[in-house]
Amino acid sequence: MERVPVLKIGEILLVSIQIDMEDQVALQLQEDLAERIVATGVRGVIIDISALDIVDSFVGRTLATIASVSRVLDAETVVVGMRPAVAITLVELGLSLPGIRTALNVDLGIAMLARQDEDIDLLGYEDDTDQVAETTP
Amino acid sequence: MNDDVQRLPVVTDQDVVRVRQLVRTVAVAVKLSLVDQTKLVTAASELARNTLVYGGGGEAEVSRVHNDRRAGIRIVFADQGPGIADLDLALTDGYTTGGGLGLGLSGARRLVDEFEIETEPGKGTTITVVKWCR
Repeated sequence: MERVPVLKIGEILLVSIQIDMEDQVALQLQEDLAERIVATGVRGVIIDISALDIVDSFVGRTLATIASVSRVLDAETVVVGMRPAVAITLVELGLSLPGIRTALNVDLGIAMLARQDEDIDLLGYEDDTDQVAETTP
Repeated sequence: MNDDVQRLPVVTDQDVVRVRQLVRTVAVAVKLSLVDQTKLVTAASELARNTLVYGGGGEAEVSRVHNDRRAGIRIVFADQGPGIADLDLALTDGYTTGGGLGLGLSGARRLVDEFEIETEPGKGTTITVVKWCR
């Protein structure tokens, strides 16, 4: 079975779904993400669905569950990159994804997470600059 | 009149993915608009999953259809499962016996142009949907 990779970037977990997921793959992602949130202590999750040409009720429900589970684990989820045709279809299907925060792309998703968590340096830029400053003679 | 009938088994999770991919390919060939392709593939995904989960597996048949004015796609999902006892209830938004959202059947019906369902308790369910080019 294929697996969707979960990347940690600074204080964010980034998931970019690039395959047409079997239902089991979506459920595995849900479990993997919960485990990685706890293991890393991140405060934000970004799920990029720009490569998905459909989101059916199963994937929609999985995204909603991921958002709820991360919130319980003190992390906020933003779903980014939904295609216009997917949005139209989802609403007509009857799924408006309540409880899921969305942004148009990864940049805006990161900005959204940064706004709600201003004291946290989400991408770890500050640490990097400090390190560079310290090691420069 | 119809041509190019293609059949796929719907017995595993992977088969649901294959049905989506076949429907997408045919929808592009028939030149459905992008939004209509998306609607039809989404409806097919819901119905294929129903065939698998509720019907205990079955078959999907995808064909190109024409009438005198336009082209379209017809998809037939057939299973020999338990059938649907109360069709009106099964077509109600939010009703589910399988732990899902209860949007599969009712939502799929909204996404296509024609929707027919034949079901008999103990004998199985056959659902036929058609999407026409605009």
